[in-house]
Amino acid sequence: MGVGIQVENLNAWYGTTHTLQDINLHIPANHATALIGPSGCGKSTFVRCLNRMHETNPIARTTGVVRMGEVDIYKGASPVEIRRRVGMVFQRPNPFPTMSIYDNVVSGLKLNGFRNRRVLDETVERSLKQAALWDEVKDDLKKKSGASLSGGQQQRMCIARALAVDPEVLLMDEPASALDPVSTSKIEDLIFQLKSEYTIVIVTHNMQQAARVAENTGFFLNGKMIEFDSTHRIFTNPRDKRTEDYITGRFG
Amino acid sequence: MTRIRFQKSLDDLKERLLVMAGMAEQGIQRSIEAYSTRDLSICELVFRSEPAINRLEREIDQMALDLLAMEQPMAIDLRFILSVIRINADLERVGDQAVNIAIRVREMGAFANTELPVDIPKLASLSSAMVRKALQAFIEADAEMAQSVLLLDDQVDEMNDAAFYALSSLIKEKPDLTPQSLNALMIARNLERVGDHATNIAEDVIFWVHGFDVRHNPQRVE
Repeated sequence: MGVGIQVENLNAWYGTTHTLQDINLHIPANHATALIGPSGCGKSTFVRCLNRMHETNPIARTTGVVRMGEVDIYKGASPVEIRRRVGMVFQRPNPFPTMSIYDNVVSGLKLNGFRNRRVLDETVERSLKQAALWDEVKDDLKKKSGASLSGGQQQRMCIARALAVDPEVLLMDEPASALDPVSTSKIEDLIFQLKSEYTIVIVTHNMQQAARVAENTGFFLNGKMIEFDSTHRIFTNPRDKRTEDYITGRFG
Repeated sequence: MTRIRFQKSLDDLKERLLVMAGMAEQGIQRSIEAYSTRDLSICELVFRSEPAINRLEREIDQMALDLLAMEQPMAIDLRFILSVIRINADLERVGDQAVNIAIRVREMGAFANTELPVDIPKLASLSSAMVRKALQAFIEADAEMAQSVLLLDDQVDEMNDAAFYALSSLIKEKPDLTPQSLNALMIARNLERVGDHATNIAEDVIFWVHGFDVRHNPQRVE
């Protein structure tokens, strides 16, 4: 099951650049939460703080609290453990090109030391079914490489790979921006289904996509979260003029 | 992405709606002038202008549909287009009421001109004023002005009710005046409906400006 995320006074820097300023919000469990805002506003940095990827950059640092359930992820857990609990899907599908579909999906499990064939087989089937890819690839799991799939299939395989380690949270950084409309629609349907089991945070430049898949939406601008509310409210009658100006295309 | 073309399209849509509004208002003015003067040639003008109003209704709907499909508007722009679609339908119905009035005036022309206990021009003046004010609120995006239109509707309703009782009494007292009385009754009812359309337009302006749906809500805007 998904877990709620409480963010308190989160600040992030790249060197001397203050990229996130005093972010406070609650991301509810088993909901899809969309983050929107112009390029460079800090939304990707924000999601990278949720799985401690931000700190992988040597000049980056953070302050504040990110609580996942009861766990303060910066104090109560190691980065490796957090990244197992928080899966991530990126803008461009990133399969391991020399690995089969099967090995791509279980790569995270294998890294964590799982070797039991039966467990791996079951995980591959469950994850690919959750990612709505099983029917399309079940006969070629070990014959085809992950890179031989179409872009949309590769992205769903990457989602399956993220799900294989049984995370509680799934971060998606523009997961459909490189995909055609049919593949995009499949990813969106998938998000809708997955949120019953996972907490989903999706960064998107496609506001219609945010409106379609997310219950809540946060608007970031210049490193600050300007407004966080129900998606319905944000896209029909936002409270802040800056939010309205952005979503109506008056700046950005 | 300042969407200059989109903003221009919204301005064009507003402009076309105001043309439509002018035609609908003119229809009501002419039909009441025809009532006051019993000049059937004015009724003809009302009948002839109706197809143009209908054409414009379809044109505006198409413009709005295109913008929804092609631009996927959000927030205040989405509310604006939704309001335009609703106001467009109300203005077309105002045009229909003008035609209905003109039909009644034409029928009344077959009878002697009799003094009736109903002040149709006054009722028309009030309901037309509601339409004008609602449209002014639309032009100026003024929700307060729109709110003031809602308060006028009760007056129109009261005048319509008074006309109903006065004309039904007249029918009982002087059955030979039944045709004229019934036609006047229908005209009063048509004008009351014009007031209702003005109310709808005002509610749409409030929705566009503030995002509150005040329809069917006795408390209106807080």
